[in-house]
Amino acid sequence: MINGIIIVLGIIMIASAFMAIYMRSLLSSIIAAGVISLLASIIYLLLAAPDVAMTEAAIGSGLTTVVFLYAFNKVKGRGEDNHG
Amino acid sequence: MVKRFLILLVLVFFVIMLLPLVSDIQPQTELNPLAKKYVKDGPDELGSANLVTSVIVTYRGLDTLGEVAVLFIATAGVGFMLRRRKGSKTNPQKKRESSEILQTGTALLTPLIFLFGIYIFLHGHLTPGGGFQGGVVIASAILLSMLSFPQSEINHKILNAIESLSGVLYLVIGILGIYLAAGFLDNRILPLGDFGRLFSAGAIPVIYSLIGLKVGSELVGILDSMQRSDS
Repeated sequence: MINGIIIVLGIIMIASAFMAIYMRSLLSSIIAAGVISLLASIIYLLLAAPDVAMTEAAIGSGLTTVVFLYAFNKVKGRGEDNHG
Repeated sequence: MVKRFLILLVLVFFVIMLLPLVSDIQPQTELNPLAKKYVKDGPDELGSANLVTSVIVTYRGLDTLGEVAVLFIATAGVGFMLRRRKGSKTNPQKKRESSEILQTGTALLTPLIFLFGIYIFLHGHLTPGGGFQGGVVIASAILLSMLSFPQSEINHKILNAIESLSGVLYLVIGILGIYLAAGFLDNRILPLGDFGRLFSAGAIPVIYSLIGLKVGSELVGILDSMQRSDS
């Protein structure tokens, strides 16, 4: 049961990793990168590592995404972003 | 074309290099000797109900000190790179007011998230979590209020005071361990107390509270300098 959930989560993680690379808009890439961390934290929780899961959820999907968004705000409008 | 081929070649080499590691993996049926010692003696020696915490704060305390130092250097770097220029006190373009829903929600949630962060690092020796996690949760509470009230200023004097004071106190407790207990960062400078109580496990709650405050104020500093920097 748990193995199945972990495999499904891993597949979604790989899919969102590819989405983060190949998405056209930078904003969607940032969100996809955040999704990876969120799913990773769920996997840590299922593997009985709640300490790591908390760190991953708070830093990986929370603060890192916000830092990326601030950076995105800064670089927005400087040069084109059309090489997807 | 040649470039593609080289990339492929490197990938194949990488796979060949890593394949033995994956194929030779064998699930361990018992803990290795060091882990066995931690698990067996940890609760009696250090009195912490959360074994992970007693490993992080005491057995491997020096590594934690290193992590805190790394985070400090990262914060100092961000603050140096994104420092505000003198004269341009506020950003020229006026920021958009955030919505009513966000403002009301923030007013309701910020104190609760703050309290939750404090709970996490105070109970680091009893429940999962600890200084780093609690500090990040506190930083996210302040981030929420920064997002919904962009005009508000953060008092950097207080932030810097909390950060440096908790760092110095952390080191002082570590050095006290040399004189009063077995070694650097030993937690037995305070009485161990009853197993599983809030005031137990010696200096672990104190150290984790200091780490929580330090991590929280450092991350708030990073976020603030990213938001305020005018470039």
